[in-house]
Amino acid sequence: MRRVYGIHGGIHPPEEKGLSNPGTVVDAGLPEKLVLPLSQHIGAPAKAAVAVGDHVLGGQCLASAVGAVSASVHAPTSGIVTAIEPRPVPHPSGIDNLCIEISCDGRDQWVDLEAIDDYRQFTPHELVERVKKAGIAGMGGAGFPTATKLLARDRYAIDTLIINGTECEPYITADDTLMQTAAEAIVEGAEILAYIVGASTVIFGVEDNKPDALQALQQAVNARANGQSDHQLEVVSFPTKYPSGGEKQLIEILTGQQVPSGGLPADLGIVCQNPGTAVAVGDAVLKGRPLVDRIVTLTGRALGKPANYRARLGTPIAHLLALSEFNPSDNERLIHGGPMMGFALGTDAAPVIKTTNCVLVPTRDELPVPPAAQACIRCGLCAEACPAELLPQQLYWYARAKDHEQLERHNLFDCIECGACSWVCPSNIPLVQYYRAAKGTIQEAKEDKLRSDRARERFEARQERVAKEAAEKEAKRAARKAAAQKKASESTDEDPVQAAIARAKARKAQMTADTKQDTPEP
Amino acid sequence: MSWLRITSPHGHGPLSTQRVMQLVLLATLPGVVAQTWFFGPGTLVNIVVGGALALGFEWLAVSLRGREPRAALEDFSVLVTSTLLCIALPPYSPWWLLVVGIASSVLLGKHLFGGLGYNPFNPAMVGYVVLLISFPLQMSSWAAPRGLTTPPGLTDALSALLGTPLADGLTSATPLDILRQNKGLLMEDLYATTPQFGRWAGIGWEWVNIGFLIGGLWLLYQRVFTWHAPVAMLAGLGLAALIGYDGGSSISGGSPLLHWLSGATMFGAFFIITDPVSSATSNRGRLLFGALIGIVIYLIRTQGNYPDAVAFAVLILNFAAPLIDQYTVPRAYGHNRREDP
Repeated sequence: MRRVYGIHGGIHPPEEKGLSNPGTVVDAGLPEKLVLPLSQHIGAPAKAAVAVGDHVLGGQCLASAVGAVSASVHAPTSGIVTAIEPRPVPHPSGIDNLCIEISCDGRDQWVDLEAIDDYRQFTPHELVERVKKAGIAGMGGAGFPTATKLLARDRYAIDTLIINGTECEPYITADDTLMQTAAEAIVEGAEILAYIVGASTVIFGVEDNKPDALQALQQAVNARANGQSDHQLEVVSFPTKYPSGGEKQLIEILTGQQVPSGGLPADLGIVCQNPGTAVAVGDAVLKGRPLVDRIVTLTGRALGKPANYRARLGTPIAHLLALSEFNPSDNERLIHGGPMMGFALGTDAAPVIKTTNCVLVPTRDELPVPPAAQACIRCGLCAEACPAELLPQQLYWYARAKDHEQLERHNLFDCIECGACSWVCPSNIPLVQYYRAAKGTIQEAKEDKLRSDRARERFEARQERVAKEAAEKEAKRAARKAAAQKKASESTDEDPVQAAIARAKARKAQMTADTKQDTPEP
Repeated sequence: MSWLRITSPHGHGPLSTQRVMQLVLLATLPGVVAQTWFFGPGTLVNIVVGGALALGFEWLAVSLRGREPRAALEDFSVLVTSTLLCIALPPYSPWWLLVVGIASSVLLGKHLFGGLGYNPFNPAMVGYVVLLISFPLQMSSWAAPRGLTTPPGLTDALSALLGTPLADGLTSATPLDILRQNKGLLMEDLYATTPQFGRWAGIGWEWVNIGFLIGGLWLLYQRVFTWHAPVAMLAGLGLAALIGYDGGSSISGGSPLLHWLSGATMFGAFFIITDPVSSATSNRGRLLFGALIGIVIYLIRTQGNYPDAVAFAVLILNFAAPLIDQYTVPRAYGHNRREDP
């Protein structure tokens, strides 16, 4: 048995997991139109590879990745591209972003997928290429392009792959449902991931509030372990606490090590992946199937029928709300993600994207709007709750005072924005909001400083160049002058005026002499 | 339909500032009951009259500052300040002492610095020290505990409030006073010959301290504050007392137990130094803050000229709290334990 370590802080908000009936997947069906944002991941947006009016097949690439950190977008079904334009997307900014709209033809015809039998016949890099072609981005919420993350193998010695099935956010049961219904696929995907990154150990980390998922994973692992597996597979359960599923927190829980500040899990020889990502990688590698759907939890008490849907990417959230019998009378917030870190959407026209693990639709009583913030009394409950071992109360003061030096000294950039401090704050201060704003301001100030440093360097270089040129000119001029003087002094030793007078006298004498000569004798 | 766009987290825990203040008020109950049993209803009269005055001053100050008085009055913070001050004041104080004390706490200690959350000094202790320095006579006249005499009744309390001092027979020196003035008796003899001393410390006082200890432990259990400052203060005071105990000789500073159960020790440890606004803020900082308060209390009690020392010790360390904070920033996740945090 692997030893499980404790982490600092954390909170125990009401779990509300049972509400969405974990363990059962409902097919969300095919909406009339799918809206696929070109940016469903962290990094550069994909570039559209189709035009309005094109007929596309399921699995066809609609937009291809641009640069090293990016992910392609594929058609989740067959249909006609009816628009490529900015549309509402799930993003905290609420700003519309470029999307491809497909009017589905209902036939769901697909391109031929290129399956392989034995992934071990391929090099890890060939498999990463298949992952990249499938457009996979981390499905746990951050959406980091998976192929890019897997390339960590080139620069770090990786020994451990962690499949993060913690799902510590209240309400969400998408990963729980996947683990219960597709444990074999998760284990298979995890083995492929381990093969790619070169890990010898695979740990499946799951909170102890998901006994069914733990059991399903254990069975799948046992089945594999009978002579089939190349890796050491461990299913580990640990106490339920938010935010145990934070990557850094989970690594400490499972290994007792802390990811160095500013570093990556790869510094410790660890790569983390979400179970959904593992399944997607398995599909991509073995079947050649791109990422075009995912499990989404629709939950909250403003829904008549909360459920876990298998929804195609691009499915408008309105479609899922209708399926779940949304009752708008007592609802005022539509949350993408969970109650702790999710963000509020302005419209249900936004689609399901690769990172949509949950849509939370609470009633007013369920998650009331916070009352006005009161003064901070420095009670320190936030510091007790902070999983990053920071002093949120001090960060709050310094954020308000815009004291960037102290903010950095108090390790603002180690804040993972989990929201535990705001959750416990008896004065209802939106602490995380202050930290996000302060991080943004500091980042901006740093970039400004970089820009102004560059400008200053350029200016100074120019000054130097101008001065150098002037000096060269001056030197040349001085040289010319010196040369002229030297020439002059070489030609005659006497005073030039005297010399000129002498020459004039000589000429005059000559002329007189000539005249005398020329003049005939009378 | 249009949805509200507010930032995460979207849920909130059960605790509110108002609730924290109510819990603190509730937790004073065992101590106040003990104090009332041994010294009569004077403390209760203090608390009721002081509370009404405090609400009035709070309303005045908040209105003058152009804020919404309702929210300030509803957060219960001013009642916590006034109640703590009134517990610390001698029972049977005249009305004007209460007025000056509460005004100093609320106006000088709290609102002059910007109100709740901005006061660098514990407001109750500011009021207490203003009174102690200005009116030493009234501030050092404590009622005698039950056991030495019959405590005054409610009519005595009301006439004391209107300005009639307690009769001489009803007041008595406190055990800490007696200890400070002890010039020749072994501790053993002091306990045996002085009627003010009881089983562990002063008659009555020991139970008042145990009452506040119980209330404080309950607050700890409720997670209103952490154990660091109170435990460090009791340890600091205990350690200093142990060093100065001197086997109970005639120049002994008194045993740790005597100090723990005398004066405002437990009240200070759990209700005064745990005021988060004016204390150090990290756990390590609170350990240092509490320990230093404990040591300063002992020094003032044994070397100083005042009957008790909690208020001065707290104010002195309030000054030091920002400095302590500077040097006790905890190591954050992922930072080397040796490096500068």
